[in-house]
Amino acid sequence: MAKIVTDVVCPFCGTLCDDLEVALSDDGKEILEVYNACAIGATKFLHSQASDRLTRPQKKQEDGSWKEVTYDEAADYTAKMLVDAKKPLMYGWSSTSCSAQGVGAEIGEEVGACMDNTATVCHGSTLIAVQDVGVPSATLGEIANRADRVVFWGCNPAHAHPRHMSRYSIFPRGFFTGKGSKSRQMIVVDPRNTDTAKMADVHLQLEQGHDYELLSAIRVAIRGEKLPDVVAGISKEQIYEVADTLKSGRFAVIFFGMGVTHSLGKNHNIDIAISVTRDLNDYTKAAIVPMRGHYNVTGSGQVWGWQFGFPFCLDLTRGFARYNPGDSSSNDLLVRDELDAVFVLGSDPGAHFPVRSVKKIAQLPSVCIDPHITPTSAVSKMHVPVAFVGVEVGGCAYRMDNVPIETKKVVEPPEGMLTDEEFLQLVLNRVRELKGAA
Amino acid sequence: MAKVILTPNQTPTLFLEAENITPDVFAGKDAAEIAALHGFVGKTTVTLGDYFTIEGAGGQTAADTTVVINGDVSRVKYIGMKMSAGELIVNGNADMYVGGWMTGGKITVNGDIEAFAGLGMTGGELIVNGNAGNYLGAAYRGDWRGMQGGEIRVSGNAGSDVGTFMRGGTIVVGGNIDVHVGTHMEGGTIIVKGDAKTRVGGQMVKGTIYVYGDIDVMMPGFQYRNDSDLEVDGDKGRFALYEGDMGERHPKKKGEVIYGQLYMKY
Ligand code: SF4
Repeated sequence: MAKIVTDVVCPFCGTLCDDLEVALSDDGKEILEVYNACAIGATKFLHSQASDRLTRPQKKQEDGSWKEVTYDEAADYTAKMLVDAKKPLMYGWSSTSCSAQGVGAEIGEEVGACMDNTATVCHGSTLIAVQDVGVPSATLGEIANRADRVVFWGCNPAHAHPRHMSRYSIFPRGFFTGKGSKSRQMIVVDPRNTDTAKMADVHLQLEQGHDYELLSAIRVAIRGEKLPDVVAGISKEQIYEVADTLKSGRFAVIFFGMGVTHSLGKNHNIDIAISVTRDLNDYTKAAIVPMRGHYNVTGSGQVWGWQFGFPFCLDLTRGFARYNPGDSSSNDLLVRDELDAVFVLGSDPGAHFPVRSVKKIAQLPSVCIDPHITPTSAVSKMHVPVAFVGVEVGGCAYRMDNVPIETKKVVEPPEGMLTDEEFLQLVLNRVRELKGAA
Repeated sequence: MAKVILTPNQTPTLFLEAENITPDVFAGKDAAEIAALHGFVGKTTVTLGDYFTIEGAGGQTAADTTVVINGDVSRVKYIGMKMSAGELIVNGNADMYVGGWMTGGKITVNGDIEAFAGLGMTGGELIVNGNAGNYLGAAYRGDWRGMQGGEIRVSGNAGSDVGTFMRGGTIVVGGNIDVHVGTHMEGGTIIVKGDAKTRVGGQMVKGTIYVYGDIDVMMPGFQYRNDSDLEVDGDKGRFALYEGDMGERHPKKKGEVIYGQLYMKY
């Protein structure tokens, strides 16, 4: 008889599903089956079981080969690199727990680092916009129970957040949405005919890169002002109709993703989408929610927000927190040659950053902390594998709607492996020793 | 007027943060005292003397101090930040935040500058004989007060996000300009003598934008009003007036709604 662990939280995407069930072998050591999760979520659990998994830190040798070292040696190397550097970057932080992020923030403060998380390549523009114009938002629970107008703008949950629609946004039968998807009008705005778009009641297939203009046109239509005949490839009749649909709902919600956060205009697109939401609140209740990718990128912004006042692109080099994406953002820092060491945890810039940034990482002293062998670990000088958060160790994570959820430990990590929080604590202690000695 | 001449003697390996390079800080100091002023490279504290050869001395006040930088400072940030009087001349390219939050005096850069120049400035002149980067005369992140007074003149092209949240003063761009001009603008004047791309005056509340060249895509919230003959920055011509952004809130003055004004030259 397999042992079943219930109420497991999926540490993959920002939907942070908390209803998973995991079947373990009799000795409780092996994950046999994952229930309720989508395919990508289940893979994350099963992947942790790979037999060829790296279980000890490795240091790259002169000839490019890897040599196993102890966690203490790895912590010493990392601490020295961070203390010696004039301007180190500590990047990532999106696939780990809030408590590990907290220890990381302490290290960053001690060594005067630039700190950045994966928002910098996905929803950073959202954070900038929120700071500029505020944000009327809601929790996914509220949305499941109330939203009768659901807009997906530049996002494709059918693939990127597979259980989002079934758990929260379209299909659930909520208190005021008793007929499930029939209670809701679904509007998708996307230049591509995605699988999400195929399900929509209305698909606005706008011209690529004209989201700002279309959102502006919706604002004009909400106010009943005159529009040109066509905006962003969409006829004015259809724009007025969509504006009316949104205004006539009891509760409208706009979900948006990388299609708007990283197309032309970036933060301005979100800024004006927030403005649309604000305008709608003159007529009905409306909220806007970013479709955050990594399961705890939101938490990383929360932790830094309460510790430093800014959610990403932190520059702590002068002993106080400064923030200005465009200057203190990791890609700009890398491309402009502003850094002399790179530390990566819980993210894979090797796969997500532009090639010219990755080349810079390869040239600098670098440490990568990641359970997997990744493009980033491959170009780093030191690779420290750690236990999987949400599988082999618990810890707090924030869902895309800023609701904190405690993830669960399901199995033990391989013998002798540290969690990232434990490893960071070693680094922090060593940093304090080195600085005390100096 | 007393003059201080700075000649770069090495390029910073990372970037030098030198908000001390202003007439305000240099006033009342001799060359040795100026050389001892601090700057920052990452988390290390350095002196201006580490990176510049310094000749001359500051005047008694900022107003009678001229600072000249002879050479490339494209790896030096914050030149002329918060300056209030006097003159600063850069003969070379400069990096980010030139004249950020300046309140008075005059900065002339004979070269190109990077992003965030004239950020939130309230007075003075910033002259760029070259190109400017993004966020010229804009607001610092999260601030709703961009440029509020003074004048910025760029002879070449400017980047994106020029005059975001601008509330006063004038920005003149001799060449072309990238996307997002005067977004959230609440006052002041932007003159673009070349072409603009898209998103001119998006979410604009008040203020005036002139574009001599083309606009690739007009914002849907602007409505044509009339044609008129105007003289703008010494150039005469016929302009079409558009008002907007109709999607945005607008204040009322004497019972009339005030819109942002966008003039396009024929
Ligand atoms: S939708 Fe996201 S959180 Fe839910 S099971 Fe799939 S990957 Fe995991």
